[in-house]
Amino acid sequence: MLSQLRDASDSHRSLTIVVAMAITTILMYVLPGLPPLSVVQGSNIWYDSFANAGVFVLLAMGLNVVIGMAGLLDLGYAAFFAIGAYAYAYSNSPFSHTDLPFIPMLFVGAAVAGIFGILLGAPTLRLRGDYLAIMTLGFGEIVPIVFLNLDRFTQGTNGIGGIYRPEPLPVLGAFSPSTPFNYFIVMVVIVTVTMILLYRLQDSRIGRAWNAIREDELAAAANGINTVTTKLLAFSLGATTSGLAGVFNASKLTIVSPDQFLFTVSFTVLAMVILGGMGNIWGVAVGAFVVYNIQVVFLKSINGIIETLGIPAFDLGPVHVNLAKVPFSDYQYLLYGVALVLMMLLRPEGLFPNQRRRQELHIAEEFDEGEQGEITGAMGAAPGAAGDAGGTL
Amino acid sequence: MTSLASPAAPARPIARGLRFVGIAIAAIVLYTVALWLALPPVSGLTSAQAFPVAIQQTVNALSIGAIYALIALGYTMVYGIIELINFAHGDVFMIGAFVSVIFIGGIMGQTGPVENIPLLIVLIGGALLFTMPIIGFLNVSIERLVYRPLRNAPRLAPLITAIGVSFILQNVALVVAGSGDRSAPQVFPLGWHVTLGGASISVLSIFIFVLALTLMIGLQVFISRTRLGRAMRATAQDREAASLMGVDQNQTIALTFLLGGMLAAAAGLIWGLRFGFVRQDLGFNSGLKAFTSAVLGGIGNITGAAIGGFVIGFIENFASALGFSRWSEFLVFMVLTFVLIFKPSGLFGHATGDRA
Repeated sequence: MLSQLRDASDSHRSLTIVVAMAITTILMYVLPGLPPLSVVQGSNIWYDSFANAGVFVLLAMGLNVVIGMAGLLDLGYAAFFAIGAYAYAYSNSPFSHTDLPFIPMLFVGAAVAGIFGILLGAPTLRLRGDYLAIMTLGFGEIVPIVFLNLDRFTQGTNGIGGIYRPEPLPVLGAFSPSTPFNYFIVMVVIVTVTMILLYRLQDSRIGRAWNAIREDELAAAANGINTVTTKLLAFSLGATTSGLAGVFNASKLTIVSPDQFLFTVSFTVLAMVILGGMGNIWGVAVGAFVVYNIQVVFLKSINGIIETLGIPAFDLGPVHVNLAKVPFSDYQYLLYGVALVLMMLLRPEGLFPNQRRRQELHIAEEFDEGEQGEITGAMGAAPGAAGDAGGTL
Repeated sequence: MTSLASPAAPARPIARGLRFVGIAIAAIVLYTVALWLALPPVSGLTSAQAFPVAIQQTVNALSIGAIYALIALGYTMVYGIIELINFAHGDVFMIGAFVSVIFIGGIMGQTGPVENIPLLIVLIGGALLFTMPIIGFLNVSIERLVYRPLRNAPRLAPLITAIGVSFILQNVALVVAGSGDRSAPQVFPLGWHVTLGGASISVLSIFIFVLALTLMIGLQVFISRTRLGRAMRATAQDREAASLMGVDQNQTIALTFLLGGMLAAAAGLIWGLRFGFVRQDLGFNSGLKAFTSAVLGGIGNITGAAIGGFVIGFIENFASALGFSRWSEFLVFMVLTFVLIFKPSGLFGHATGDRA
């Protein structure tokens, strides 16, 4: 029964995604109103945080194209998020005296970010991957600084505020802070469409080209893949998705400022992709959702939970520990750092691995072990001899 | 130029050294003149007023460049040996700055300038002897614990790990020391000056430059003259062949991290003396600039990284002297971009295609 379901979902993936998202939406509509959840908080808060988490789900799915599918390390992902957000701010704010429609601006903002992706990627992608990492790291650092310093055009630290909300939806009415359901629905649609497109892209010729480049760039080039344009496509597609998320985020927060786009955002999204499982679209989406909730909900409420449970302060040797007073949410990046390192060491394929990626990440070890065994077998005492020589250096 | 991967020590080292010193002095003089000419139109100073300012700024540039150069050496050596951009290196420098503050402020209990010269020597020498082994060992442990298991993993894995380590170090510092600036005791009296060409130059800047130069020359001698240095060069050139010739790979790589960490620690001490504060996010920016220096000099090239550090120091100083310090990071990034576009092998590197 379960395997039949899996086969069906594999062969009708787009339909599966739509159905899954529809079920999620209905659950989100129904569940928060029912007793156990409705006691915790009102349903509007559920929609609101779901929409916010959706922004990170989008970001993670976009970064997954770059890291998971094409195998490029993008450390300045927040820069494109910022560019998308500022693009929307310029098209819909009292600061710029414009009020352009929301839906077309989603595409425009995404396209602007994508163009910046091409501009940054084109010179760098000819070089080997490490340089892309450092270039994007630099770019991610520079973009907020530029937005900060060009205060004539961006209002510096204050950012651009009072961004207009999207136009009213046909049935649901106007967007406002008190109707987060609208944002929720828009987000669900965006995530669904993006996910379908990404899955289709992954199974297409381009997706296979990305796989080939990631596994062996030289072999891919020898088989007629134009590695530079294919990598550039992945990179700018990631940037485009980031820009899309930026537009949505700006329209929801109604303010953009440089401090929303610091390196920590890029790092958080990276952690989401790694934890979710590089290359696995739904895994990354779930990873993003989980990490976002750990960050925003769990770490913030942990002190409250400890207080409610009544865990008393205790002395651990000379150290006085009062768990209720420990600022757990300050430790989130330490936590991500540890998680990233441990994942890379112990389970590089992530929590929800993509089958192909998993084999790829482990094949090196298997091959290596085999090879080493052969060498020691053939050379007998050789390692000891090498050690002696090293000692006399 | 001594590249880590160059086959042998250069012939006629003294003649080459002298020529090198000549070029360096010419470059420094050229910078002073350029700044002197650029200052009047921007700042409104007269030509005569601008001259001492230009000299002062040149000395400033040399001392900040020394910090970048020392950090850049760690990047370039690690990249030369195992082809890894060690993102955590900037944060190792930051930890070094904290540890030197712990020694001077915490253990020795100093808070302000120390006019007593023997005590000052003991303080700074002690701080170096205390900080350098600790940070060197920290760097070696990082390599041993997280980079070595990933040595044969796909390229992305160690890079991501390095970013993770960078965040761990940064946030450990955040948890221990809190956010915001922590003051570092400036034991070297800032009041000491010598006068040169109408400009009063702080002795600290000269001291920093000399200290950094001594360490760099020491490194250069170590790499080009000792057996372990030769092992490092051999490993950088061809790891497998070196290993077959009896060079212990693990030992050599650990040594590289040890040296890189020690230099970063010295840079950390210098930072504290020079700027009087340390902060947990110090390593990120300085690391990026130092990496740019290493790329500018041709990554894997020791001399190149040192020169690159000073060049970045000059560029940054030029911007801030003319009143554009807000844009210095932008400028450095532009340098990185243009180097990567037009000369990815750097100023002194060998053209090696995509495996630059």
